[in-house]
Amino acid sequence: MKICFTAKGTTLDSQTEERFGRAPYFILVESENGSFEAIQNPFADGGGGVGPRAAQVLIANNVKALVTGQVGGNAREVLAAAGITMYIYSTGTSVRDAFDQFTKKTLEQFA
Amino acid sequence: MKLAVASGKGGTGKSMMATNLAFTLAWTGQVTLVDCDVEEPNLHLFFPAPATTRDVTMPVPVVNESLCDHCGKCGKFCQYGALTVLPDRVLFFPELCHSCGGCRLVCPKNAIREEPKKIGTLSTSAPMPGLTLVSGTLDEGSPHAVPVIRDAKKHAARGPVVILDTAPGTSCPVVEALEGCDACILVTESTPFGLHDLQLAVDVAARLGIPAGIVINRSDGNDRETLRFCTDHDLEVMMTVPFDREIAAIQSRGDLLCRVKPEWQKDFWALFAKCRALTGVDG
Repeated sequence: MKICFTAKGTTLDSQTEERFGRAPYFILVESENGSFEAIQNPFADGGGGVGPRAAQVLIANNVKALVTGQVGGNAREVLAAAGITMYIYSTGTSVRDAFDQFTKKTLEQFA
Repeated sequence: MKLAVASGKGGTGKSMMATNLAFTLAWTGQVTLVDCDVEEPNLHLFFPAPATTRDVTMPVPVVNESLCDHCGKCGKFCQYGALTVLPDRVLFFPELCHSCGGCRLVCPKNAIREEPKKIGTLSTSAPMPGLTLVSGTLDEGSPHAVPVIRDAKKHAARGPVVILDTAPGTSCPVVEALEGCDACILVTESTPFGLHDLQLAVDVAARLGIPAGIVINRSDGNDRETLRFCTDHDLEVMMTVPFDREIAAIQSRGDLLCRVKPEWQKDFWALFAKCRALTGVDG
């Protein structure tokens, strides 16, 4: 299963990014083997409507879960409709730490 | 003659200028006063009269799911994120839509048609024989002020003298209101904030190629900084209104300076003549 982490950089040691739609990078981690790829968010500096458009990037990449700090209303509606589960991680440490907590099932889902 | 009243800073006296100018000119001619501050229209408070209203709409896409094969072309095309295509349905966010119509054009299945969505109201009244008041009101929660302003302007296009009261600031709603005007009055006040925002407003008018003149309202009788700025930028101070408790009281109870103190009408006539001179038209 592919999980998306919002990040300020391109590696597992990069700091996580609080915001979803304007996150500079999406780190997509394969939960089975821990392999990952970083994709640049083309909407990080967009004018408006970035949430739903960023959500489309996740859908196109077959992501099943999202770990981030904040998700706006429109993006949340898209992600929920696409069956992507959203988890809250707002301590802003590293993607590795967020992945660790995700694996241990200590993250809460967005209400 | 289309004349806009703008300011940059809010609360400098745009509405006071627009209403008193319209009131004065309406004694001898036909004036249309347009409230382009559609997020907070207030000119009707100074001219209470029965109004006729109609809806302002903008076209938004409606997807026929029986024709749609969820190819995703519309979602990719939409620069505003208003359409998201999922494998089994299309999500539409009307508040993000700018009514460009592109989704309908790119749809290979002709599955998208457009329907009008209400975003505001246009009210028209005739509070005195020579005066028509057109007020645009944006619906609560709608982010699309510009189409309401555009509609109000179109509705008021007829008429020899049109006075447009703009929103404060220098963003899209102000640009939309200013566009196509023959001249504009920029209202400022004797404060650093008033001057700072006047500079922004002067820049916007210049970029739009609209001749501008200055009115200093609530003048402290000194205005040194403002006058220096106007001299440096070759801007005429067309009128100065003193900081005066009585004027403030008249304005605050929804009355008009030129109605309560008719001697001010000659000052507004003079202001109008200077505005005409800005456009290069005599008289």
